[in-house]
This record gives sequence, structure tokens and C-alpha cells, in this order.
Amino acid sequence: MKFNIPIGPQHPALKEPISLRMTVEGEVIRDADLRLGYNHRGMEKLAEEKNWTQNIYLVERICGICSHSHATCYVQGVEKLMEIEPPKRGLYIRYLVSELERVHSHLLWLGVAGHEAGFDSFFMYTWRDREVVMDLLEMISGNRVHYAMNTLGGVRRDLDEIQIKKILDGLVVLRQRTEYYFKIGASEPTFVGRLAGVGYLSKEKAIALCACGPTARASGITADVRKDDPQAVYDEVPFDVCTADSCDVLGRTVVRIKELMESYKICEFLLRNLPAGDIAVKAPKKAKPNEVVSRYEAPRGENIHYIRSNGTERPERLKVRAPTLANYPATIEMLKNGFIADIPLIFAAIDPCICCAERTVELVNARSGEETVVRFGDLRKLAGERFAKSPVKRNAVWPF
Amino acid sequence: MAVLKTILYLLVYPGLLFLFVYGTFCEWFDRKVYARLQNRMGPTHTGRWGLLQPVADFFKLMAKEDIVPDAADKPLFTLLPIVGLAVVATAGLLMPLWNPFPEAAGLISFQGDIIVLLYLLSLPTLIAFLAGWSSTNIFSQIGGTRVLTMLFGYEVPLFMAVLSPAILANSWRIAEIGAFYRARPLLLLPNVIGFVVALICVQAKLERTPFDIPHAETEIVGGTFTEYSGKKLAFFRLMTDIELVVSSGLIAAIFLGGFGGSPILAFLQFVVKTLAVIFLLSLIRALTSRIRVDQVVAFAWKTMAPLAVLQLLIVIIIKGLLK
Repeated sequence: MKFNIPIGPQHPALKEPISLRMTVEGEVIRDADLRLGYNHRGMEKLAEEKNWTQNIYLVERICGICSHSHATCYVQGVEKLMEIEPPKRGLYIRYLVSELERVHSHLLWLGVAGHEAGFDSFFMYTWRDREVVMDLLEMISGNRVHYAMNTLGGVRRDLDEIQIKKILDGLVVLRQRTEYYFKIGASEPTFVGRLAGVGYLSKEKAIALCACGPTARASGITADVRKDDPQAVYDEVPFDVCTADSCDVLGRTVVRIKELMESYKICEFLLRNLPAGDIAVKAPKKAKPNEVVSRYEAPRGENIHYIRSNGTERPERLKVRAPTLANYPATIEMLKNGFIADIPLIFAAIDPCICCAERTVELVNARSGEETVVRFGDLRKLAGERFAKSPVKRNAVWPF
Repeated sequence: MAVLKTILYLLVYPGLLFLFVYGTFCEWFDRKVYARLQNRMGPTHTGRWGLLQPVADFFKLMAKEDIVPDAADKPLFTLLPIVGLAVVATAGLLMPLWNPFPEAAGLISFQGDIIVLLYLLSLPTLIAFLAGWSSTNIFSQIGGTRVLTMLFGYEVPLFMAVLSPAILANSWRIAEIGAFYRARPLLLLPNVIGFVVALICVQAKLERTPFDIPHAETEIVGGTFTEYSGKKLAFFRLMTDIELVVSSGLIAAIFLGGFGGSPILAFLQFVVKTLAVIFLLSLIRALTSRIRVDQVVAFAWKTMAPLAVLQLLIVIIIKGLLK
């Protein structure tokens, strides 16, 4: 007997609204369908209304976890458009924050994976230790979520000796903890039993479906923008690209834990070799007409910003491709022939950031299925009419 | 006088009131241990050390709006929480607390009461299935089928594990089994395998991690109880609490030597031994991750059932040697 189960738009496994429609037979998923558009915010349009500097703070708010990733990706592109070269110290601090952000994002993901697998103790422990890196980020930037470290031509805050020492101390704690999690992730039988073999994505499929980030690397693809197309400092820093060849959720967990260890290495290198000098140069107000594609390895995968300028203070077009969007087709492939029990794990394993990936919204008439293009004013008028016509709702009755 | 004694027995000790108070206390203990193992505080606010938190939760739920889905089978949907609570409370009466004396058999302590207790402990599972099925929600129905699938896994090993000490004690009466092992404490040692098997099966029966599959919130929302709210949900939660008390009491009575001496002494032993069992259950809950329903059945039949059979063999051999 086949039946449909709706996961979302509201569901405990989802932290943001998205709709996964599963066709299941018993406990086995036969088909999956993904509906986006519940969280569209019109950011790309808004970016065309704001100037180059204001947009840094706008793109930073695309995501609440990899906020620095979007800002850095944008700033990299705009600096290329404006033909300015940030000073070395500024770049070192910028990518130090990038790596610390990767650490906090991967620790967060480990916790979420634990929670989705019903391993709440793991969740509590990883999130407790995530506080260490959150505190470091707060110390560096003054903020826990939107660091606002980037500016056109460098960064906004400098590091002093005491801060460097504190960060190095924090990294020691984090490294010990991560080794412990690696041990748990690889040896706790119920946890491994839940992750191993789940959400299989072969190397060929991963390439065909354009998977990126840890999802692709867990399928044995050595793809990392930091290595393939090194931005700024990454050609000076020694690090390895972490891959796994098990092609399942366990592989994705292992890749992320290994990446944590690499990030600690990169942070230590950046801090030990921090050059002296300025942290930023002054940026011009306008950029010459040109276009640029900026790539950046966010914690979730490759982040791409396309920016076009027309000689004014504002971008003519800003296109954001978040890594989550690239991983959606692969997710559908992974879900097929899995168990209902694995849906949250498989979906969480791409580390979805749903509002990052919401670039468009489609208006569909629920009764006729007709797709339409409507102006915002008309939409508002429609909503008003509908509200005026609808019957008065009965209030909930208090039991006493 | 006898009538008054019976009413007291049913309503106060070890009847409803005692089960309510001790059940909520055990929930608090479980939550606190679980929280401390996870580096959290657990309940702290309501009452001293948060002791009254489960009671507060219960009364808060009682005051909440009670919604019955339009498509649900209304009489069944309403009746199930009450029947469930009644069943586990009846099982609670069979604990040899008021009457721990093996020589005084009676209405609530008789030959075969261990079978009745196991039967009464099986019923909540069926009630959970019916609850999920009658609420006509897709998540509840999946939860309901998962409840039944799991039942086929853990029930047989549990029965074999619990009954093997009874075979050694040559009695089907819980009070007598306890008295037998209190007289010969060394004979508790051969039952260690059975103790472990029973502990894990009780964890599965109570649907706690790693067996919280029927209400795995990240998969099927609230599972069996998705559509339940208000008083009915409060009853189901109380049912689970009392089930925890009764099952840990059963394990304590069979595998840890039962509760002897005077009623007061029996009560003290009951508290200490059940809390020890609940501590172990919380430990399992904190240390494991949820597994899949097919893994549960495979684990139950490939590992637990052979272990239970081994326990049975050990018991039979020892019984032969003792003769």
C-alpha cells in the first residue's frame, strides 16, 4: 500500500520551513518531492537598491550560521570589481574568522545529526563545546552570529596578543573534544548502526547531480574551493582536503569531523604567522562597469556570488547560489529506497540551510494548479479581499 | 473494616495515590539523572530541586484544551487513556508491597500473579497501538504499526528472562520468588544474563531511547500520541510513569531479591531497588542513539532471544544440581 507522508512545511525535524513529500510503501520511501519557497525574502532584489557597503550587511543576513561565508564571498567579488587589494593582515584575520565559523558550523551540525538520530546526549555535548568557539568569535568581533568583520578592502577589527593567546588556548580544548567525538562517532554501536549505509550516493551520481561540499567529499570527490581555486591566503596555508569513500551519512560525519581538525590547523597557522601592518585599505564608492564570479568554500559547500556593476554606487545584479541549493537534487536521490526513519538523517546530512537557498517563489493556485505571475500590489489586494470575505473565526474556548 | 482496608489499599497505598506520587517522583528522578548525564541541570524550578515538575506538568496538561479529531473514532479515542491508566494501576496492585509475606496468599498475591502482571504490562502496548490507529493521523498510524512491530521483538525475550528466576524458585508468585532469593542471595548471581535481557526489554517496552521509535519526534512528530492533547495526554503520560514504576518494581522483585520484612521495610527496599533499576534505565537512555525498527526486531531475535534461552538453560542446570 502506497501512501504520502508530508514532512513539512512544519515538522520537528526541520528547523526552517520546506516541504518534503514522501511516497512510502510500508517503511520504505519510493519517491520524494521537494517544494521550496516558504522562506523567500527577496534579498537579491533588495541588494540592487542598496550601495556596495550596505550590501555587506545585507548578504551577511542571508544565513544565520554561515553569515561570514556570504559576506566574505560578496566582499571578495566586490574587491575584484573595485580593483583593490586588502592588506595581508586583514586577509589573515578575515579567513581566521572563516575557519572559526566552519568550526562552529560543523560542531552545530554534529549536534543536529545526533539529535536527528535520537542521540540527545551527543547533541548536548557538542553544543556545549560549541560555546567555546562562539565565545572566541564574540571576543574577536563582538557578536556571536553576525560578526560584521568584513568591510570592502579588509576587516573592521584587529587582533591583539591577548586575544591571539586566548584563541590558541580555545583551540587546544576544541581539538581534545573533537578527538573524543571522533571516537564516539566511530565506535558507539547504536549511532554507527544508524548512520552506516544510510543515504547512499555513489561518486558518479554525486558528480552527475552536482553535489558539493562535505556531501560530495564523502562520496570520494576531492573538491574544495580552498584547494582548487585558492582565495587570498589559502595557497600559503598547509592543509588537506578531507574525503571519505563510504558515500553514506557516516562518511559525511567523518568528513566533517576531519575538517574540524584541519580547521584547527589552519587557525593555528594563521595566528602564528599573522603579519604586521594595516587591516584595511580605503575602498572607492563606485565600481567600474564589469562583472565577477566569486567562489568561496562555505562550511556546507561551494558558495557562488555573481556580481555585475554598472559604474554606480549600487550593484546592477547580485546572484547568490548557496551550497544547499546545489545539494537538493542529490538529496532526492539519497532519499529514494531509504526508510522513513532515515528521512531526517539524510536530509540533515547535507546540512541544509533552507532560507539560504530560497531564491525564488512560485505562485500556484491551490485549486486549479495554475501558475501565475502577480505584481506585489495585486497580491496585497487579493489578500485584503480574501480576508474581508472570510467568515469570522471561532475563538478557542478555555476549558474552565 | 475489611472494606475500609480494601478501599485504602485501592486508593492510597499501594493504589492510585501512591502510584501517582511515586510515578511522578520516578519521572523526576529519571529526568534529573538523564539531564545530569548530559551536562544539563534538569528540572530545578518547581518545588525543591524541581521535585514537583512532573506533578505541575500533569496538572497543566489537565487544564489544557482537549481536542478530538473529527475523523477519529471518538468513543475509542476517549476510552483508551482511561483504560490504559486503569490497567497499569491494577498491575501496580500486584506489587508485593502491602503484603510481602510469602505465607499469606490472597486476592492480590496468588500463584500465577507474575503471569497476570506480565499480561497487564503487555496491554499498554496494545492500547498505544489502538490510540495511534484510532486517531487516523498518518504519523500516529505509522507510530502504531511501529509499536506492534517492536512488541513482536521484545516480548518473548522479556517473558523468558523474567520467568527463568521463577523456575529456579519453583513458584509463580512474586512474593514467594522474592522470599526464595532473600533466603539464598547467592542464587541471584546465575540470573545476571536474564537481568540484563529484562532491563533492555523493559527499556523497549517503555519506548525509551534507543527504542523510542514509535514516537521518534524527528521522524513522525508525536508518533502514536500526535493527536492527543489535554486530559487524555495527561492520562497517557501518567500511564507511562506508572508503567515505569511497575516494570522496574517487577525487575527488582524478581532479580534483586524482592522486598521483605515488615511493610515499612518492604517499602524502603522497594524505593531503593526500583530507583537503582531506573538509574540503569536512564543510563541506557543517555548512552545510546535511537535505532531503526528493523534493527530492533533483528537485535531482539538474534541477540536477546538466544541470551534468554541461555539463561533458561543455566537455570534448569542449576536446578538439577541443587536437587
